[in-house]
Amino acid sequence: MEAKMVVRKRHEPEKEAVRIGVYVCHCGLNIAKTVDCEKVAAFAEGLEDVTVSKDIGYACSEPGQQQIKDDILEHNLDRVVVASCSPRLHEPTFRQMVQSVGLNPYLMEMANLREQCSWVHMQEPEAATRKACDLVKMSVSRVRLLEPLKEDTIPMTQRTLVIGGGIAGIQAALDLADNGYDVVLVEKSPTIGGMMAQLDKTFPTMDCSI
Amino acid sequence: MTDVGRHPRIKLYTMSEVVDVKGYVGNFDVRILKKARYVDEKECTACGECANACPVIRPDEFNLGLSSRRAIYSPFPQAVPSAYVINVNECLGHNPVVCAKCKDACDKECIDFHMSDEEILENVGTIVVATGLEVYDPTEMDEYAYSRFENVLTSVEFERLINAGGPTKGELVRPTDRKTPESVGFVQCVGSRSVRKGGSYCSNTCCMNTIKSTLMLKEHYPDMEIKVFYIDIRAFGKGFEELYTRSRRLGVKYIRGLPGTVQEKSEKGLRVAIENTSTSKLEMHDLDMLVLAVGMKPASSTQKLQEMLGLQLTPDGFFLEAHPKLQPVDAATRGVFYAGCAEGPKDIKESVTQASAAAARVIRIMHKGEITTEPITSMVIEEKCKSCGICAGVCPYNAITVDVKRKIPASVNTAACAGCGTCAAECKFDAIVMNHFTDEQIMNQSHALLETEPQEKILVFACNWCSYAGADYAGVSRLQYPPNARLIRTMCSGRVDEKFIWDGFRMGAPVILVSGCHIGDCHYIDANHWTEKRVKKVHKKMIKLGIRPERLQLEWISAAEGVRFAEVMTRMESLRKDVTPDEIDETVRVLTAD
Ligand SMILES: Cc1cc2nc3c(=O)[nH]c(=O)nc-3n(C[C@H](O)[C@H](O)[C@H](O)COP(=O)(O)OP(=O)(O)OC[C@H]3O[C@@H](n4cnc5c(N)ncnc54)[C@H](O)[C@@H]3O)c2cc1C
Ligand code: SF4
Ligand code: SF4
Ligand code: SF4
Ligand code: SF4
Repeated sequence: MEAKMVVRKRHEPEKEAVRIGVYVCHCGLNIAKTVDCEKVAAFAEGLEDVTVSKDIGYACSEPGQQQIKDDILEHNLDRVVVASCSPRLHEPTFRQMVQSVGLNPYLMEMANLREQCSWVHMQEPEAATRKACDLVKMSVSRVRLLEPLKEDTIPMTQRTLVIGGGIAGIQAALDLADNGYDVVLVEKSPTIGGMMAQLDKTFPTMDCSI
Repeated sequence: MTDVGRHPRIKLYTMSEVVDVKGYVGNFDVRILKKARYVDEKECTACGECANACPVIRPDEFNLGLSSRRAIYSPFPQAVPSAYVINVNECLGHNPVVCAKCKDACDKECIDFHMSDEEILENVGTIVVATGLEVYDPTEMDEYAYSRFENVLTSVEFERLINAGGPTKGELVRPTDRKTPESVGFVQCVGSRSVRKGGSYCSNTCCMNTIKSTLMLKEHYPDMEIKVFYIDIRAFGKGFEELYTRSRRLGVKYIRGLPGTVQEKSEKGLRVAIENTSTSKLEMHDLDMLVLAVGMKPASSTQKLQEMLGLQLTPDGFFLEAHPKLQPVDAATRGVFYAGCAEGPKDIKESVTQASAAAARVIRIMHKGEITTEPITSMVIEEKCKSCGICAGVCPYNAITVDVKRKIPASVNTAACAGCGTCAAECKFDAIVMNHFTDEQIMNQSHALLETEPQEKILVFACNWCSYAGADYAGVSRLQYPPNARLIRTMCSGRVDEKFIWDGFRMGAPVILVSGCHIGDCHYIDANHWTEKRVKKVHKKMIKLGIRPERLQLEWISAAEGVRFAEVMTRMESLRKDVTPDEIDETVRVLTAD
């Protein structure tokens, strides 16, 4: 069985200009206390290809997401930058959000204004705001070049090879087989059992091992 | 065990080893070598007539040579499969004219001297590695005199001696005179917790196994004198402390300190010298028998499998899991899982728990009959590829095939590609595009950053799994550091192309930091080795061009090292301040002319 090779088309230079939406999140005061979010949003508005730019209370909240989704539909946005917390936290959230209104999830980019800006430069609000502008600008220039990506599926052979027939291999093989999966169990010695087969009584129960 | 032999869904190959694995998750082609048994596994009823007829007598390895068996034998009564097996090296009968006594004795005609080794091909979607342990051989520890004195045994030999199914039917006897010993000593941590011999790790089960043995002895022989020599007793599991207490209550003496020497006295008695570390006194103990609680080692085939499947090992030589806390049974290679002592020393309960966990993880990716591949993979632009083969050599997952001799361009197996981007960074002809982290996408970010006031800024490349996470952790911990750094996230530091660095300096960056996971912790097996090599190479070129190499820094920062991240940022800031506008101008001039 050959898995199909996945061939993707290369990026053809875009004819049409892209339409980017930028959302600068306050995270309550987590970001807004240090970074001037309105100023960052206003700065982003002036960047090339940015169609909409807003600051927003809590981007990840239900109303926050709704607002972004409404904008995507209303302004026909095809790229989104969420400037909020770490993508390691909310990237899945916002990917799902854009996907739910028909945008490819890989056309969303985040700028990390919380973990890597407001929280670590609390005494320097101006420098933090300057850094936030840079981070948003970087994200905008990246998102402009992002391309839609598709997850592919490949067939999965529903059989498992278990190497070693000691107690661990035996247990794994039986659990799988009892769940209806085929198992190939390979043991190098003439019998399964492993170390345990040599023990009589075993701790902690002190009963026979086999 | 017998359930395995009977289960309609389990195909059991004994006397077999995996010799080759090709493919990737969902579709592994496995080559298995099955050695000839010379007895028909399905037909043999284990009646034993053949063994009675066999004239060859050999020590029985299952009983560690403490009893004997024939050249045709059953490993032990409960063996699965139960069929007899011929050890060809011992058998006289390969030429039936010479012997073939067993063949004549078998009414069912199960014995076939013409059987030969077989090669079997299987296709599977997932693999569980459960190759277990090997016990430590204490011969090298001469102070315990294992190879010199017969009454010094390993704990495994001792297990066979007190086993009701063993060579003595469970009677404990001394090997030298076959009499029941009056006193027995146990030595703990043999081959464990030592930097000199064996492993430096704790083997986890030997303390409890010794406690178990003392209880069994006290049950049979209440008057026997039993002493345990130990460093400290590790009875951490459920119900363990209770057994330890019971053993002490029954009069077993626990003496803190390991023997320095063992000597043989008259009548094969043993004299053990120890420094009791509780009292700091040298003590002599006379014993009839000494049992060495030997530790565990990784199975001998570990390294072969590691290479075959592209797995990783810990410094101890056991298999390394994808994440020690959150993915304890997954290998970093997708579709491969661990169970039992293959992953590290553990007892039966833990082995079984881990095996069930591995089965659940297997089902999790197998149940749909298909799996999704990550779209963040690399791809080759065939027209640009010169078939040099570099990319295939650097890929930690063997995901790239290229025929250098016949000049067939590289192709990426997207199911196997994990998306580190090392190949894209290493290809000299820009023939590889890393999806979602293309050269243009990354350089567009650094351009946006360095367009204005570059001298004020620190360009940082951080890998997703460690250093970017470490930066996040610094934030979560509210550590304060200078606000000049801006991070560009890549999945792996291996993605950071030389040209990103040159481009950054050309754009006027005063300093640049490349950061990734510590060597050995790379999320992409060992892709960060290439980062290290690359940075060294760039450093050399910088020196040639008259650019101070300190302006390019390489740091390994783990996801937990928020403090370290903040420190590195502070250091980068002081490096930045040292770079003068003239120096930057000169660098830009040199690189633009280049
Ligand atoms: C002396 C001693 C006493 C012990 N007493 C106890 C006790 O009382 N209670 C307790 O809980 N635990 C005890 N243990 C620990 C227990 O033995 C282990 O936890 C258990 O055996 C681990 O099972 P396993 O399947 O991981 O490995 P193993 O039992 O080692 O089984 C591994 C199997 O894989 C096979 N194999 C290896 N490499 C390959 C290969 N390349 N291809 C095919 N097959 C291969 C081997 O032949 C073996 O059959 C004791 C250990 C020792 C050494
Ligand atoms: S998106 Fe992140 S930064 Fe914004 S409110 Fe939610 S948690 Fe806070
Ligand atoms: S379990 Fe006990 S005897 Fe075994 S290595 Fe650990 S401490 Fe030593
Ligand atoms: S490194 Fe580049 S040129 Fe060389 S084989 Fe790979 S893709 Fe082709
Ligand atoms: S991106 Fe990494 S894993 Fe994928 S083919 Fe290239 S080197 Fe291999």
